[in-house]
Amino acid sequence: MKSVRIGAGLGFYGDSWHPVRASIERGGVRYIASDHLSELTLAILQKDRQKDPSAGYARDGLPMLAELWPLAAKHGVKFILNAGGLNPQGAREAIARAFRDKGWKATIATVSGDSALERLDELRAAGEPLAHMDTGAGIDTVRDRMLFANAYLGAQPIVRALEQGADIVLTGRVADAALSLAPLVFELGWRWDDWDKLALGLTVGHLLECSGQGSGGNFGSAAEWAEIPDYAHLGYPIAEVGADATALLTKAPGTGGRVSFDTLRQQLLYEVHNPHAYVSPDVVLDMGTIKFDDQGGDRVRLTRASGAPRPPKLKIVGGYHDGWMGTGIIGFSWPQAYAKCEKAAQTISTLVAERGWPVEDTNVEYIGYNSLLGANADPTYRDQLNECFLRMTIRTQERKVADAYGRLFPWLGLSGPPYVGSMKGVQGAQELLGIWPTLVARELMESKVQVAVEKV
Amino acid sequence: MRVPLWKIAHARSGDKADRADIGLFAWDAPTYAVLKREVTPERVAAHFRDQCEGPVELWPLDNILALKIVLNRALQGGAARSLRMDNLGKVVAAQLLRMEIEAPADLPRLQSR
Repeated sequence: MKSVRIGAGLGFYGDSWHPVRASIERGGVRYIASDHLSELTLAILQKDRQKDPSAGYARDGLPMLAELWPLAAKHGVKFILNAGGLNPQGAREAIARAFRDKGWKATIATVSGDSALERLDELRAAGEPLAHMDTGAGIDTVRDRMLFANAYLGAQPIVRALEQGADIVLTGRVADAALSLAPLVFELGWRWDDWDKLALGLTVGHLLECSGQGSGGNFGSAAEWAEIPDYAHLGYPIAEVGADATALLTKAPGTGGRVSFDTLRQQLLYEVHNPHAYVSPDVVLDMGTIKFDDQGGDRVRLTRASGAPRPPKLKIVGGYHDGWMGTGIIGFSWPQAYAKCEKAAQTISTLVAERGWPVEDTNVEYIGYNSLLGANADPTYRDQLNECFLRMTIRTQERKVADAYGRLFPWLGLSGPPYVGSMKGVQGAQELLGIWPTLVARELMESKVQVAVEKV
Repeated sequence: MRVPLWKIAHARSGDKADRADIGLFAWDAPTYAVLKREVTPERVAAHFRDQCEGPVELWPLDNILALKIVLNRALQGGAARSLRMDNLGKVVAAQLLRMEIEAPADLPRLQSR
């Protein structure tokens, strides 16, 4: 029976590609599926593109390929990556230029047409309200502040690129798991209405799309995280998928991390809403029938995914400007570290009130006490902390206020409570973004999708 | 007896728009039966009353001994507009592991450790 091996690439913009080398060298993979775009990465890329129209793509795609392509070419490994971001053609030109300089050969394809930002009026005219999926709010409230809006495309255009001989497929926004589902459909000849097979492929893609989280990274547990071997050399997950829609999850020999029933089921449910209707552009997955069979030795069999027909609508995620964040941090040592942080917080709040600054929200956290656990922090040792850091953040519509806020804090070093640390500079205003998830009829987006292929 | 979840289960959390979502996993089948009975949307909502402004949804998954839990309107509008240190909701799972439930003393995990 035919099968194909796919290895995880990156799990976010800025992730490490070093573990991918082991998957290519000794993991037997034919494809690397690399996810560079989290929900709001496109906002970063939009700012890049505003400064330079030839930018707007994830800048870690090129260095990853520059380091791994000679090895990948030798082993016949293809790359599918959404590092095209808002500008897949720009990414292709940059990579093609670098490949020509080095004398490397590759067929590089782009998938584009996911952006809806410049088409919002056209889509509304075509009958799409583009209301917020969760709140039902109308898009007019944020329309003029929208920075990006992109539809999650499915695996079909990636398959078209592979059919045209692409070695490297650069996409913009596609469903993360489509980066893996596409080569499975292409290699194994699955039909686009074989829902259970597509569901298995979607499951595989979902298990691979967060790189090390599928192989023992971020293993949420009280003590068992310490039993994950060799974090420094953690191997990214690999899936060997058969034409009969069964899979073996594993990782390259000699790498750290762990592929087990426990590490995989944590990733299976990660960032999933209703597990019985995990919606993708290509199929709707029911996770309730999935079976994992842990064979030991970092080998787990995956079977029995159930699929329902793909949805009539695609999801668009937009991001809009939503004010500015000001941040101040200051640390105090024993004695009475927490009490001094509290006094500093009160002092800052008084200064802000006296200045009459237009502050919409203030967030006060105590690093070393409750900045991560919030109201579920245990107060037992609060007043005996060795040291404690105050972190205060505000939301304001005024960029100047957000900038000035951080500058209030250093003054406390000479004029506030004693034994102060962390005078390491002032953090300026940071832009805040609201998220706008909405739906659009798929044909309105898919009719504009383009696949282009260039031989280098 | 009262038992904190960290002694009998493991968990990971993440974010989607203004939702924090958690996978809660029993180490064994007897514990899963207890989690399914004791970890209710109402109790989870009470545990997160200071940060979750919307309803709590919960799905049991017998096939993987897990509960899928979603906290709606729990991230100050979403990761990129949140003022919190844990803007991505990655520590929400650890917060859940601090929740206490009623559990029989003979659960496997309570014996072996």
